[in-house]
Amino acid sequence: MSDAATEQGRDRARVDAPLKVSGLAPYAYEHELEDPLFLVPVLSTVATGAITGIDAEAARAVPGVALVLTHENAPRLALPTIPTLAVLRKPRVRYRGEIVAAVVADSLETARYAASLVRVDYAAPPSGPDVRLDPEDPGVRPLRRVMGVYPGQHTVGDVDGELAGAAYRVEGHYATPVNHHNPIEPHSMVALWHADLGPLATVQPRSTRLTVWDSNQGVVAPQGVLAGAFGLLPTQVEVISPYVGGSFGTKGMPHPHVMVTAMAARKLPGRAVKVALTRPQMFAGTGYRPETRQRVALAADEQGRLRAVDHEVFAPVSRVIPWVDPTAGPSLSMYASPTRRVSYRAQHLDIGPGTFMRAPGEYTGMFALETAMDELAREMGMDPVELRLRNEPEADPESGRPWSSRHVATCLTEGARIFGLEQQQQPGGRREGEWLLGMGVASASFPQMGMGPSLARITFTGGRYVVSMQASDIGTGAWTVLAQIAAQALDVPQDQVEARIGTTDAPYAIIAGGSTGTFGWGSAVVEAAQAFRAEHGSDPAEGATTRARTRMPQGVRGVRRMAFGAHFAEVAVSEVSGEVRVRRLYGHFDGGRIMNPRTARSQLVGGMTMGLSGALFEESYRDPRFGHVVNADLAGYHVAAHADVVDIEVGWVGEPDPWMGATGAKGIGEVGIVGVPAAIGNAIFDATGLRLRELPFTPVKVLEAWESSGPAPAATVR
Amino acid sequence: MNITVKVDGTSYTDEVEPRTLLVYYLRETLGKTGTVVGCDTSNCGACTVLLDGRSVKSCNVLAVQADGHEVTTIEGLADGETLTPVQEAFRECHALQCGFCTPGMIMQATDLLATNPSPTEDEVRVGMEGNLCRCTGYHNIVKAVLQASGQPASSGGEQA
Amino acid sequence: MRPFTYERATSVADALRRTAGASREGERTAYLAGGTNLIDHLRLGIRETDRLIDVSHLDLTEVTELEEGGLRIGALARNADVAAHPLVRRTFPVVSAAMLAGASGQLRNMATMGGNLLQRTRCVYFQDLSTPCNKRDPGSGCSAIEGLGTYNALIGTSDSCVAVHPSDLCVALAALDVTVVVEGPLGERRIDFADLHRLPGDRPERDTTLERSELITAIEIAGPGFARRSRYRKLRERASYAFATVSVAAALEVRDGQVADVRIGLGGVSHKPHRALRAEEVLRGGPATHEAYAAAIAVEMEQARPGPDNGYKVTQLRRAVPAVLSALTEETA
Repeated sequence: MSDAATEQGRDRARVDAPLKVSGLAPYAYEHELEDPLFLVPVLSTVATGAITGIDAEAARAVPGVALVLTHENAPRLALPTIPTLAVLRKPRVRYRGEIVAAVVADSLETARYAASLVRVDYAAPPSGPDVRLDPEDPGVRPLRRVMGVYPGQHTVGDVDGELAGAAYRVEGHYATPVNHHNPIEPHSMVALWHADLGPLATVQPRSTRLTVWDSNQGVVAPQGVLAGAFGLLPTQVEVISPYVGGSFGTKGMPHPHVMVTAMAARKLPGRAVKVALTRPQMFAGTGYRPETRQRVALAADEQGRLRAVDHEVFAPVSRVIPWVDPTAGPSLSMYASPTRRVSYRAQHLDIGPGTFMRAPGEYTGMFALETAMDELAREMGMDPVELRLRNEPEADPESGRPWSSRHVATCLTEGARIFGLEQQQQPGGRREGEWLLGMGVASASFPQMGMGPSLARITFTGGRYVVSMQASDIGTGAWTVLAQIAAQALDVPQDQVEARIGTTDAPYAIIAGGSTGTFGWGSAVVEAAQAFRAEHGSDPAEGATTRARTRMPQGVRGVRRMAFGAHFAEVAVSEVSGEVRVRRLYGHFDGGRIMNPRTARSQLVGGMTMGLSGALFEESYRDPRFGHVVNADLAGYHVAAHADVVDIEVGWVGEPDPWMGATGAKGIGEVGIVGVPAAIGNAIFDATGLRLRELPFTPVKVLEAWESSGPAPAATVR
Repeated sequence: MNITVKVDGTSYTDEVEPRTLLVYYLRETLGKTGTVVGCDTSNCGACTVLLDGRSVKSCNVLAVQADGHEVTTIEGLADGETLTPVQEAFRECHALQCGFCTPGMIMQATDLLATNPSPTEDEVRVGMEGNLCRCTGYHNIVKAVLQASGQPASSGGEQA
Repeated sequence: MRPFTYERATSVADALRRTAGASREGERTAYLAGGTNLIDHLRLGIRETDRLIDVSHLDLTEVTELEEGGLRIGALARNADVAAHPLVRRTFPVVSAAMLAGASGQLRNMATMGGNLLQRTRCVYFQDLSTPCNKRDPGSGCSAIEGLGTYNALIGTSDSCVAVHPSDLCVALAALDVTVVVEGPLGERRIDFADLHRLPGDRPERDTTLERSELITAIEIAGPGFARRSRYRKLRERASYAFATVSVAAALEVRDGQVADVRIGLGGVSHKPHRALRAEEVLRGGPATHEAYAAAIAVEMEQARPGPDNGYKVTQLRRAVPAVLSALTEETA
């Protein structure tokens, strides 16, 4: 049977849908526990300095308050490996919005009110906080490595020489703002420190001392962090996270509220302590996509073959965790070129750290690179698809390793055909009333990282197969897809298989991050199914069980694995308001084998919609006088709403990649967002002739570009 | 103060603080945790319930304002195992990913279809404007609402 | 949220009595109607009260016709009901359109007419207790003047405040002949709509000219009659569900290619809903052409004092006002 035909067979509705449409899926905070307490954190209102005093008397006096936690009475813990988690240890503040106290009370209303009464006095350092982004700051330093694996400085060949002597050359400065993940479910947790376990409990490795219901991308992260901090064995910390209300990277690693809530539970054994951050608290202390300033220069010969790719990145870095996105990643691998230079510079600031956000690095870097490619195509008068096809690399330009598979050319040409890509020689010629219309294209890529093996266990019980592992469903459909993969590998109907995930009471698995879940976990499930059949045959006894781990093909380190795609956008730009509306968005992807077309489509469309949202609206404004984001709610930080999303479709190549393990699937959670802002920006150019190099493309930017590009074309608008 | 509210068909009388928000009364007092809190500042719509049959954001209403009124939550829609057409369409059209915005989406769609039984695609988009999905499944949500209205939902995107 | 008591007023007089009583005891009060703005503020700590007096049950929800084609709308009528009301849609379509452009279905189901008039600015610094704001905390300073300035006002600003009024409805009302009926300790008072909201001056904590304890009971729209042909256009970043960067409410009467009369309300530009009187003056009796409209709004914009981040609002208005008036002209033709 062809893969397309079996794909049809894999089209399944979500197994968790009946619960979710009925309001019965328990997210972290929704687990009902007897007589819970409610925790509300108190955040610092300065960016840096010493805490000279905390007056919590008024808060403690409020009836119903069980505890006010500060550095003065917080449990002494082992120093956590994640520096942000070193909270309530010392009377000092490292960034605005750091947790400096927490109030626990018998009702949420009481805890909130009491928290508002906690008074914290600070002594600012003489120099004041250092929170203003400035590429010219004398403290700006080149980076040697980014995210531990990417080169901070990388040069091949004589880039400057090629740029100087090139037939065609473009150079632009690009900027991307701070973005916040904003899952609709806030970061939430319930912690219960078990009381009265008896004298031997502390030494029994299987005796659970702490149970947390937490919203995360993988139970293993809070388990490890909490066990380490509280001096417990990992097996003594139980984490339960069956449903997660969105994440996009922000729930990958635990944030300070996790530590503070566990501390409160430690002091209040036997009582469940619940926390759900408010939206402004999420903006302050759960990570973000850091802003970038970029310069990209490209040189090409007469035929449009690149001679130089030059990509410089400037990024601010938190002094607490030096998080930098690998923004220049796409320039290392996307196009063939004899010369290439990538360099990063960073400025260290008194701000909270950034973290992974959907396609970290690729998203910001591909915006610059793919805008520059469009500029080059315009400069040359060449079709933008053709220009990209001419620069397809035979092997990975950075490592020289062959591609595991690469179908960029198919994505571009098939996508252009299906979408009907037609650009104007002369921008600005297509209009409907006040709306100027245009189309644009951009490529997408996302690396397929090996995050290490996961374990899966298959047990036959009550006439059904149960596949269990610590995997997490953050909205991707893992509950459904893992059961499907198991059913297929076991060769049984899907209703005979159920998944059990989202709990530490299951074999170890990697977190849902880096677009690795389906192929990483899926491969373990296939291995387990095959081992199960080998061990127990097709008629297993009740209780038969087998465990296996992810296995990748021998020699996988010798190939370069990436997911790819191409985006096509049609926009309308209002001459009156400067508003940009995306009328159509189409993406064609190389995501290896598609395991379930329904959930896959959602992942890709979801990524593209978030890309549209980032292109047009999203920007966290960190006020340099204060050091915190001031538009910190969903009224001030705009994400796309229904009316912004008119027509988004996806297609895919569907070719299995043999180097991706037993599933042949590539990760598709992130590639969908990469390149979307460039496709939209390139379409804006086609519509208006305005080249916008700073995200987001708000009416302010469009109108300012128009005003500075000469007389308004709108003079005759009716 | 004492309030009496009919929630999902059952009448409850409880002592609440005047400052208690309706959503926390539903969740903490009645255990109706299907109504979730997403933003806490009346922006995201996840906490949408029907108050006397009309949609409201329950993080933006005091419990005392519901005294003497009727509230329908996501947990009160289905008749046993039988889902309402809106719920069924959301399941069928895969109009959910993480599912956290789903209860609010379904409640708002229920309100929308009650006042406009055959909305156009654009009317759905505007009628659902106060509900944000971040995953983001607007495309399928609109399809689901159209399907629930008994109108054939096109399988692909429509030409703009 | 600070604890407060809750009570229900049984009549307007009862509401006023309760407020007066509380005032004698040194207690703060707040009227609760739909609560869509107030409850957010109580929760965020922007507003505190000792006694919440619920007036939402009072019988002030009728929409009735006045003589000579005007309308009287009860202050407690819900936004959703008024926007859908056939009389409103027919007589003053701009009012219905403006209301539907604001907030979301859920909020319009709760929010009342009186409450809409009294909603407070969405300036991010006003809503962030950790930053100075003269409107929230008089004398603390204005963070917006040198801060996130994209949404700031540009007409009638002061050194104390650059906040804009957020209501869509009020922009439509600013273009019409509206009287706000209020009841206070000294009886009924009728306020011309233009005098309800104030410019910030050095007292930005006061949004309106209402006296303590006064309660809005009705909104009367007397005309103009030609507002049967009127439009509202809201410019915003998202296609829906966002506060306006700027907005335009306009009614136009054209006779023989001349502007017989015109009304223009502008939103997103000032501490109060702004009526573009200068532009109206320029237009009356002149040609009903796009060029004339563009020239008129240019005159109006001479008083604009944009900051570094909101100059685009001038551009938007210079393009949007002629576009709206031209569309109305074509409708007339």
